[in-house]
Amino acid sequence: MAGGREIKTKIKSVQNTRKVTRALEMVSASKIRKAQDLMKASRPYARLMRQVIGHIAKANTEYQHPFMVARTELKRVGYIVVSTDRGLCGGLNSNLFRRLIAEIREHTDRGVEVDVVAIGAKANAFFKRLKVNLVGSATHLGEKPQLNALIGVIKVMLDAYTDGRIDQLKLAYNDFVNTMTQKPTIDTLLPLPPSNGLTNTHEWDYIYEPGPEVVLDHVLTRYIESLVYQAALENLASEHAARMVAMKSASDNATKAIETLSLIYNKARQAAITQEISEIVGGAAAV
Amino acid sequence: MTSTIRCDIVSAEEEIFHGAAQMVVATGEIGELGIAPRHAPLITRLKPGQVRVILENGEEQFFYVSGGILEVQPQVVTVLADTAIRAKDLDEAAANKAKEAAERALANRTDAIEIAQAQAELAQAMAQLQALERLRKALKH
Repeated sequence: MAGGREIKTKIKSVQNTRKVTRALEMVSASKIRKAQDLMKASRPYARLMRQVIGHIAKANTEYQHPFMVARTELKRVGYIVVSTDRGLCGGLNSNLFRRLIAEIREHTDRGVEVDVVAIGAKANAFFKRLKVNLVGSATHLGEKPQLNALIGVIKVMLDAYTDGRIDQLKLAYNDFVNTMTQKPTIDTLLPLPPSNGLTNTHEWDYIYEPGPEVVLDHVLTRYIESLVYQAALENLASEHAARMVAMKSASDNATKAIETLSLIYNKARQAAITQEISEIVGGAAAV
Repeated sequence: MTSTIRCDIVSAEEEIFHGAAQMVVATGEIGELGIAPRHAPLITRLKPGQVRVILENGEEQFFYVSGGILEVQPQVVTVLADTAIRAKDLDEAAANKAKEAAERALANRTDAIEIAQAQAELAQAMAQLQALERLRKALKH
């Protein structure tokens, strides 16, 4: 019986692999719910924040915050890259990185330099290997990302923008469309896009307490933070969805492999039996 | 019917209050603010303290915020509450830590597992430091 034992061991090992992928699939399926709830819970804040920013953009402010003024020259671009901490989630990270690399190459071809901060261990590991300037990183955000963990990396970039070290700030993450689809997305954070041409019916401005600089600085910083936080949540939901799908197809493939191997095993067994019988018969005939 | 103003209170993690109010009282950076309907547009930072909402039926509701932003439009009051306890030096420290984490990761490219472990430890240490800071703040109040 040629290789019967080997095939059997192989079947066992594939079965074990299937157990692991099944378990991972189910874990992700339950986590995706929580991640989506988190995403939904943070939406009102983001919505009201956008509303306030919209009001500010329409107001006739006497003070122009640096975040709202577009720079004429583009010398260096900053990227905040949101990735997962763990692998086994299909092409989620690689798709995002591929898009980013294409953009970064475009910039470097035009002589524009690039700074990157990485959120998530995968982005950290990826950009470490590349010849880009990694200026900050935050990893291991866990299942419930806290804004606290993101403040540091955001501040690194905002400071760089205020000091004029970067002229544009972009945010790259995976947008959660639904369980089957996650879209690699790159948004521009700074400078803030100008308000869409709504002509003011009358000119008005806020009463600022204590002063426009302080308040606008505070509001805009919070706005950027809320966008990055939202991106982190979207990415988390995307991660679980992608992992669930990847693990499901891995389990299906394992099942298929087991079927094929069992067939081979049975054929080998049958061949061995047939051979044995014909040997016995042949032996009996010889006598 | 008395005139009312719409009031939204949200934090980054959840929606806290949403409804009509006769008046909203909050602690701005300069002082207490009472916002009645048709107030002039105003925007201010909030100090840690309570936000009091007087409902249509005269009932009062209290919310605690640890800072945030208050925006007033003639028909809407929006409170964007901070969940994280914030201070300038704390933010600065967080930024420095993020930079350090990146630098450290770049310095020893050799062993990915070691880096991951070191980062996990660093993250834990950071979390502990932040927790301590929060405790200290809470005691001060």
